[in-house]
Amino acid sequence: MAATARSLRASFSGVLMRLWRSSLGKKYVMAVTGLILFAFVVGHLLGNLLIFAGRTQINEYAQVLKSNLPLLWSARLVLLVSVVLHVVAASQLAHTDRRARRIRYSKFHILDSTLANRTLIVSGLVILGFVIFHLAQFTLLVVDRSYATLVDAAGRHDVHRMMIEGFQNPVVSVFYIISVALLSLHLSHGVASSFQSLGARSKKIEWNLKRVSLIVAIVLFAGFASIPVAVLTGLVK
Amino acid sequence: MSIKLNSKIPAGPLDDKWTRYRQEMKLVNPANKRKFDVIVVGTGLAGASAAATFGELGYNVKAFCFQDSPRRAHSIAAQGGINAAKNYRNDGDSVYRLFYDTIKGGDFRSREANVYRLAEVSVHIIDQCVAQGVPFAREYGGLLDNRSFGGAQVSRTFYARGQTGQQLLLGAYQALERQIHLGSVKMYPRTEMLDIVLIDGQAKGIIARDLVTGKIEAHSANAVVLATGGYGNVFFLSTNAKGCNVTATYRAFKKGALFANPCYTQIHPTCIPVSGDHQSKLTLMSESLRNDGRVWVPKKLGDNRHPGQIPDDARDYYLERKYPSYGNLAPRDIASRAAKQVCDEGRGVGPGGRGVYLDFSDAINRFGKHKIEERYGNLFEMYERITGENAYEQPMRIYPAVHYTMGGLWVDYELMSNIPGLFVIGEANFSDHGANRLGASALMQGLADGYFVLPQTIAGYFAGQKNGRYPNDHPEFRKAEEEARSRINKLLSIKGKRTVADFHRELGKLMWDDVGMARTEASLKQALKRIPEIRHEFWENVNVPGSASELNTALEYAGRVADFLEFAQLLAYDALEREESCGGHFREEYQTEDGEALRNDEKFSYVAAWEFKGVDQFPELTKEPLVYEEVRMTQRSYK
Amino acid sequence: MNLTLRIWRQKNANTPGEFVTYEAKDVSPDMSFLEMLDVVNEELMRRGEEPIAFDNDCREGICGMCSLMINGVPHGPLPQTATCQLHMRVYKDGDAITIEPWRAAPFPVIKDLIVDRSAFDRIIQSGGYVSVSTGGAPDGNTLPIPKDDADRAFDAAACIGCGACVAACKNASAVLFTSAKISHLALMPQGKVEQDRRVLKMVAQMDEEGFGACTNIGSCEAACPKGITLDNIARMNRLYLKASVKSGLE
Ligand SMILES: Cc1cc2nc3c(=O)[nH]c(=O)nc-3n(C[C@H](O)[C@H](O)[C@H](O)COP(=O)(O)OP(=O)(O)OC[C@H]3O[C@@H](n4cnc5c(N)ncnc54)[C@H](O)[C@@H]3O)c2cc1C
Ligand code: HEM
Ligand code: SF4
Ligand code: FES
Repeated sequence: MAATARSLRASFSGVLMRLWRSSLGKKYVMAVTGLILFAFVVGHLLGNLLIFAGRTQINEYAQVLKSNLPLLWSARLVLLVSVVLHVVAASQLAHTDRRARRIRYSKFHILDSTLANRTLIVSGLVILGFVIFHLAQFTLLVVDRSYATLVDAAGRHDVHRMMIEGFQNPVVSVFYIISVALLSLHLSHGVASSFQSLGARSKKIEWNLKRVSLIVAIVLFAGFASIPVAVLTGLVK
Repeated sequence: MSIKLNSKIPAGPLDDKWTRYRQEMKLVNPANKRKFDVIVVGTGLAGASAAATFGELGYNVKAFCFQDSPRRAHSIAAQGGINAAKNYRNDGDSVYRLFYDTIKGGDFRSREANVYRLAEVSVHIIDQCVAQGVPFAREYGGLLDNRSFGGAQVSRTFYARGQTGQQLLLGAYQALERQIHLGSVKMYPRTEMLDIVLIDGQAKGIIARDLVTGKIEAHSANAVVLATGGYGNVFFLSTNAKGCNVTATYRAFKKGALFANPCYTQIHPTCIPVSGDHQSKLTLMSESLRNDGRVWVPKKLGDNRHPGQIPDDARDYYLERKYPSYGNLAPRDIASRAAKQVCDEGRGVGPGGRGVYLDFSDAINRFGKHKIEERYGNLFEMYERITGENAYEQPMRIYPAVHYTMGGLWVDYELMSNIPGLFVIGEANFSDHGANRLGASALMQGLADGYFVLPQTIAGYFAGQKNGRYPNDHPEFRKAEEEARSRINKLLSIKGKRTVADFHRELGKLMWDDVGMARTEASLKQALKRIPEIRHEFWENVNVPGSASELNTALEYAGRVADFLEFAQLLAYDALEREESCGGHFREEYQTEDGEALRNDEKFSYVAAWEFKGVDQFPELTKEPLVYEEVRMTQRSYK
Repeated sequence: MNLTLRIWRQKNANTPGEFVTYEAKDVSPDMSFLEMLDVVNEELMRRGEEPIAFDNDCREGICGMCSLMINGVPHGPLPQTATCQLHMRVYKDGDAITIEPWRAAPFPVIKDLIVDRSAFDRIIQSGGYVSVSTGGAPDGNTLPIPKDDADRAFDAAACIGCGACVAACKNASAVLFTSAKISHLALMPQGKVEQDRRVLKMVAQMDEEGFGACTNIGSCEAACPKGITLDNIARMNRLYLKASVKSGLE
């Protein structure tokens, strides 16, 4: 049986393929990409909150971000790959999971489950839809092409103005708020879950993990939602 | 034509017999081992360990069990522990002492040579199991923990919480699964052996039914090993798993294998009492409870007060009263009989008056509730789950129940029955426990047989074997297949009014009342009259629905009960014939003034090996005299 | 008490099944759940009908044979209690109880409430053991093992292989079962030798059997009659990662 013992050893790419094909490996992908996206989301929020600091600050920030092209594009690439991997892995897992129970129970309690972990796919899909719209609106500027022409006093792209105009549309704001709510729901399970997936959880820290997850989710929601609310209520003009 | 029994005990001094046997035994050339097919029926501790070891040695193994996986065998339920003469405690234990305790515990009704070998091998079992990763209890220093069990004066019991049997079985199961993976063992789960096939007087295979498809198949081999466990369920209610049965060994008996000492049945004193007619099995509560619990019943007949309201002077702590030095720790059989006695007097408690109190209030007052909880928390929990009563607040109710059967197919020193090529191991053989088994010794025996003894001794049989294997369409296989099929069809065609369980319950009650804890000539004769009557009615009035060609739980059960209905008679014959009391066999006529078992060594110091002579025919008795060269027989006293 | 039972009946693996309703009369609160079914079966058999087939053997919560989905919860409503240990006193007169088999593609129904769990055996076959043959093992005390490690190994080894974890999981995942065996052996020095190989093989087999993946919800832990915890899954995830990295680099 020495042959099988050896056959477990594989080339580096072979190991990557084995990981990708295995259920555990795919969960590592979910967790790592999820955490990358989470990190981005946190950073993104901090940046966005500059809207409360004033027009100059946020426009300045946006310009700095976009000035370093190599950095900008590598970050975008990482995010794009993460989203793709996250979504592809999620759909493949969902497929395996569905095939693992072809005949459903007539009565079924998903013990110890939460709204968050029962609805990951739904929240994920809404987030995906939102992200596409969001990018179209504020990055590609294709929803309202006039955004491209907004310029502030210093000649920078007037992100501040763009955000206010964008969110003054109540439909956009409501969609945004719902989406960030679902994102927070997604992450209230996701953050703790990714630790478990990567093996970095134990009974001892479980409670803390879950609590941190929840707090993070709430803070994220409050942070993101505060912007359209502030715009709609006229707090930020 | 009486059979001449040869126990094949090697010559030489007791402590040298096994070593010498192994030095002199014939071996099978490694290259030839592949050519030998072994059938192992039963994959409990004994069968799984044997099948795995055969596979490791290079034999071709087919293993069978009726559950869906070998991991579920009845062995899984053993709680207490496993003995081994390791003397890790430096408390004076030794191979000799374990040997002596086992012989004495068995009331001097077992073979010296076998028991000595068991004690010798016991030390290797622990090593083997540790190597497999069995998570035995350990001390803070990292070494193996031991406890004293079942009244032993030394601490030689190894344990894994209250789940020793489970952990040992999982060890054996994993070793077996490894061999299955390697291809040396082919496993047939959900398959029940219905008959054994002899060709020219040698065991050459079995007939088995695939319980899922209902297909009856012949399996041929060079040797057959039965590891099918005990027959406690002949009493209907016992601590055994529901599926435990006598079919395999009884079928072998009908084909000529001798059945030894069927009357030796062990009753365990601390089980949860019957709660009603629906009762399907009894649950054992660890004996350790008697370390802190006091056993009592009301003094007065018909004192139906809540136990808490019965003052101390109205309670009869009968064990403490009768056996002042051992008190509540009196041996299993004594404690059991004493409970039966007070209940027969009408002083029993709980539903049906078949129960006695096991009271922890003194211990709780003395050590505090948390201490008791620490010691027995899981048992109290289990008790509450089953009875709905909280034993911290009111005494537990307990009653004896059938627990283990010492009798089984007769085997020689090589664990071979009188049929060449038919080997029997574990609880299924008549074993090394004599008339009574010590706590924590069944697991030891099953694993000794399976890992260390049979894999060696079977080589001698193969080495000397002339005829190899027969094709499984040999006329003898065909014939046995046909018989099995027609018996099944017969069962299905009766279409009577009563269910199988009805008959089993009726048989069990009869056996418990008349052939149970305390037997008399009259009760046994009465049972011997009733058993055939029940059996005849069974064959006329049982209703087994469904068909033979699919999974049919009623049919499986019917076949097993049909065998119990014949076997019960054998058990009663043996009990009637043994006019003495010893170990797990108590004849009321034979007791000391204090109600102790009274042995008759002059007349009954033998193994009673019975030969089948036809259903309802008195079987023929062959006696294997027990010769004690090393130990002197003594009468025990627990006063 | 009287109960209404809605029970899944299915003749064999190839015939579609359906729910059949039975009335259970005069059920005693002291009966176990399986004894209640025994009584229903006795009644059926008296009428010449086939009994409801369900797996069981030890009836004391240790063999792992019993396996009923009771009102949508594996082994019924009591925590850490196998079906055979569940007693009828948790129900009240007039209750309706739906009883189904474990549902998972790798656990096909054999008949009525009986499913085929041999996938679990195959997972063990793929590596759930220490590869030592009988004989030649060193003295049991040669290798001291810290009590805590031995205790934790035992906690994981307590799994009875019942499959409730799979039944309870919305993805029909077998990670709790698989990780319990991997953990038991990984926590003991004896098992460390083959640890990488074991985890890679067992996970591969688990996937091959067609079980779902883990979403880290914890239903398995809640349903497990033996209190096997999610820590074991985390440990397996860790060991698999480690073994993968090692096998790729070395
Ligand atoms: C509640 C309880 C607690 C116990 N505690 C202890 C203890 O602490 N210490 C101790 O030493 N002993 C204890 N014992 C006794 C001990 O558990 C058993 O004696 C021992 O496990 C028997 O093992 P075995 O391998 O011989 O048979 P079993 O484990 O009974 O296995 C029998 C095997 O045979 C198979 N089989 C049976 N009939 C057929 C057939 N016709 N066809 C195919 N397969 C068949 C079964 O499927 C099974 O695999 C206890 C017993 C009970 C009931
Ligand atoms: C900003 C966007 C997103 C972030 C930050 C994010 C984050 C996470 C995290 C951290 C996890 C936990 C991973 C684990 O359990 O190991 C997770 C799981 C999951 N995500 Fe996302 N996610 C995002 C977008 C999406 C999208 C677009 C989908 C689309 C389908 C999606 C679907 C899922 C699913 C199905 C799971 C659960 C997988 C499983 O355990 O079975 N997520 N996500
Ligand atoms: S982990 Fe728990 S639920 Fe799963 S098989 Fe083991 S004992 Fe059953
Ligand atoms: S029947 Fe054995 S665990 Fe329930």
